[in-house]
Amino acid sequence: MTDDGAAPALAVSGVSHAYGARKALDDVTLAVGQGQFTALLGLNGAGKTTLLSLVTRLFDTKVGSISVLGYRIDREPGEALRQLGVVFQARTLDLDLSVRENLLFHASLHGIGGREARERTAEVLADVELAERARDKARNLSGGQMRRVEIARALLHRPRLLVLDEPTVGLDIASKLAIVTHVRTLVRDRGVAVLWTTHLLDEIEPSDNVVILHQGKCMAAGLVSDVIAQNGSNSLRGAFTSLTGSREMVA
Amino acid sequence: MTTVARGFTVRQHLICLRGITWREGLRFVHQRERFISALVRPLVWLFIFAAGFRQILGVSIIPPYDTYVLYEVYVTPGLIAMIQLFNGMQSSLSMVYDREMGNMRMLLVSPFPRWYLLVSKLLASTAVSILQVAAFLVVAELWGVDLPPWGLVAVIPALVLVGLMLGALGMLLSSMIKQLENFAGVMNFVIFPMFFASSALYPLWLVQQSSPMVYLICRLNPFTYGIELIRFSLYGKLDPIALVVVVVMTAVFMIGAIVAYDPARGLLVRRGGGPG
Repeated sequence: MTDDGAAPALAVSGVSHAYGARKALDDVTLAVGQGQFTALLGLNGAGKTTLLSLVTRLFDTKVGSISVLGYRIDREPGEALRQLGVVFQARTLDLDLSVRENLLFHASLHGIGGREARERTAEVLADVELAERARDKARNLSGGQMRRVEIARALLHRPRLLVLDEPTVGLDIASKLAIVTHVRTLVRDRGVAVLWTTHLLDEIEPSDNVVILHQGKCMAAGLVSDVIAQNGSNSLRGAFTSLTGSREMVA
Repeated sequence: MTTVARGFTVRQHLICLRGITWREGLRFVHQRERFISALVRPLVWLFIFAAGFRQILGVSIIPPYDTYVLYEVYVTPGLIAMIQLFNGMQSSLSMVYDREMGNMRMLLVSPFPRWYLLVSKLLASTAVSILQVAAFLVVAELWGVDLPPWGLVAVIPALVLVGLMLGALGMLLSSMIKQLENFAGVMNFVIFPMFFASSALYPLWLVQQSSPMVYLICRLNPFTYGIELIRFSLYGKLDPIALVVVVVMTAVFMIGAIVAYDPARGLLVRRGGGPG
């Protein structure tokens, strides 16, 4: 299948995944529209990281299907991954390389070299306001700066879908706010679709789409207001508690 | 919305290969202690071990040598292969480290085919090992190890093949090692047995006289064939059996590594953990 503009940025259909006897995902279906911000909300262990491992093809999808801009990740992985920018929960910068070297390396992994790679590197670093740190070793950056570099790197090959796995975990309030604001700007100004996994309610706005994942199952999906209304609650926290039976959600 | 072009051009493949090689080179340059230890290890063997054994161990005229050679000359191909063995395992260690630190994920989510990424990484690691060998040969030459000058050129294809074989073995091992802490086992169960049960330090006819069992183990050890391929190439000769074994074992190890890193069949997934 090719990208004809009508396909959602991400389509997950009937996906299940197990680690041995332990089921991590059970018949999960969700979609992220093009240019849409979707929050994937769930507690630790809900299956968010497993789902992202399947979306990024770190794991093979054995049950169900996943498509990025219409390209099946199992059948056309190259095309699907070209459309995808990823920020993993764990830090993935090479600490021994400079910020610029990390980005140039990433560019080469997408077949971008020479002047184009250098120009794009300068451009994305300017976007995250870290141009002056380009020659610093990655290990000399703060946690928030590293995360911003990872977001810059994920955007270097100009993907149309950006997936971020709990990108604000461990960051201070200012860094967290800077990252959330930057990503929302990407959605608004550049039409990048975003799947943002989190367990923090304060990162979700009323106008967002939300998918609630609990114990590997998709409990609800839709606009925040619709999810609240469908559950007869007066807040997202209330809806989440009623759907999952959990009161552990933060903020 | 325009349809995105399918596939990558040859130029883009080369950009990817160059990027992976460049990163491997940069890491090597940044880790100076890695370079120093890669050089010191074989030199200790050459300066101390070979000096001691020179008087004890007689090396008769065996192919590819046309005359009696000093023990330092005999042991040099083994030490070259030792550099490549350690480099292959170092590369494996770095893949396990990358997996633990998460860097490996960025490689694996590249849109290039996974086999191409792994082969590129293997070529990059081989290039680094050849640089290490070149540095070692310069010092060995200064130490008085007499090798034919044209042999230093003729050996390059052998170095590429042996580097690929040992790098592919390292890559396969890295897929089987879950944590960095388990890497010590590689030293005990792979590097030392491979090195000592080979023709690196003593000719196989001497081993055969001492123990037919150890001789058989040496004969079954692919590292022996890597050493012999290098030894013969240094004198502009070819050991066809060594060539076949090295090529076949490179293919076997490489296919094993590609399967292990394949998301559909990979050992990483079967173990229940992610490759990152």
